[in-house]
Amino acid sequence: MIQIKNLKKSFGEGDQRITVLEDFNAHMEKGQITSIIGGSGSGKSTVLKHLIGAYRPDSGEIWIDGEEVSQFKGEEINRIRKKFGIMFQSGALFNSLTVEDNVALPMREHTDLNEGTILIMVKMKLEMVGLRGAEHLKPAQLSGGMIKRIALARAIALDPKIVFYDEPSAGLDPISIGVIDKLIMDLSKKMGITSVVVTHEIPSAMRISDKIIMLFKGKIIAEGTPEEIRNSNDPKVIQFIEGSPDGPIPFSKSQTDYGEELKEMSRA
Amino acid sequence: MSIDLKLDKAGDTVTLEVTGNIDMSSSTKVRDALAPLFQNNNKVIVVDLSGVSYIDSSGIATLVEGLQWSHNSKNKFRLAALTPGVKDVFEIARLLSVFEVFDTKEQALAE
Repeated sequence: MIQIKNLKKSFGEGDQRITVLEDFNAHMEKGQITSIIGGSGSGKSTVLKHLIGAYRPDSGEIWIDGEEVSQFKGEEINRIRKKFGIMFQSGALFNSLTVEDNVALPMREHTDLNEGTILIMVKMKLEMVGLRGAEHLKPAQLSGGMIKRIALARAIALDPKIVFYDEPSAGLDPISIGVIDKLIMDLSKKMGITSVVVTHEIPSAMRISDKIIMLFKGKIIAEGTPEEIRNSNDPKVIQFIEGSPDGPIPFSKSQTDYGEELKEMSRA
Repeated sequence: MSIDLKLDKAGDTVTLEVTGNIDMSSSTKVRDALAPLFQNNNKVIVVDLSGVSYIDSSGIATLVEGLQWSHNSKNKFRLAALTPGVKDVFEIARLLSVFEVFDTKEQALAE
């Protein structure tokens, strides 16, 4: 369903150039849940932004449903975007609109369906996320977990084949995380949706994923089933899974010596 | 994939035979064919789905609208010959039980 080949991306110019993704390769299979995990700055969100067409790679290919999409523009991007739904980290709901109008928005924008049909579809989507009855509430009246569920209802509004999840459980309590996890699994298994989840919630990724890809500084350092990741001997993987502050993944992002950098400052 | 709709009227029953996929691009056509049937003296309205291998949520919603119209107009609204793929979608939406569903068009018309 999704194939990424030799994806490279860097930002900045000259000395300031930072490589964010280096030779990223991945295959996300139909109806499966693939989680991309890694710490802040590992490049996992950059992968997602390439998949949704927000970034163009420096080199490499992105194949979605049989089409190479990395160089798509304008209308072509819009066409391919109808194949997938996105659940944004913040929910990205419109605060001035009711839940019903938020979920109906993609249907009103992208189809010629009758309003009566749309309202029934909205109810069906809300039932799927367990929030039928919340139609007339506004986002400000919802809890964080409910906002994520509404965002999910909107992501599946047009019956996409693929759903991208950007940090679906960030900022949620453990029970709400469990609810979102179950919804992602249900949608994937029952509706055959191909799911790509970008997350740093390790227990959640372990629960829901068919495959986990772990990134560190733009490179894949581990890939496999949750069981294989759990049994990894790689110190970086172990450190990330255990959430240990000490290990091969440094606390400081800087690669330069602290003392040297302070001394250099006085010469400037 | 285009959709083909055929009406078959016999006495006070009418069958809408659908062939093709019922999705976001074709649901409106099914709705336009279905809506007038509830304004006539059709005692039983049957949608024959034997030629439909795929239905999405807009298709299910369109059939729910038929159910709403039958509720208001007192016509009987029945679905017949659901293919396995279509039946799955109804089950996922937990809406199979709200419809009168028959294995064949003949059974739907006979009852």
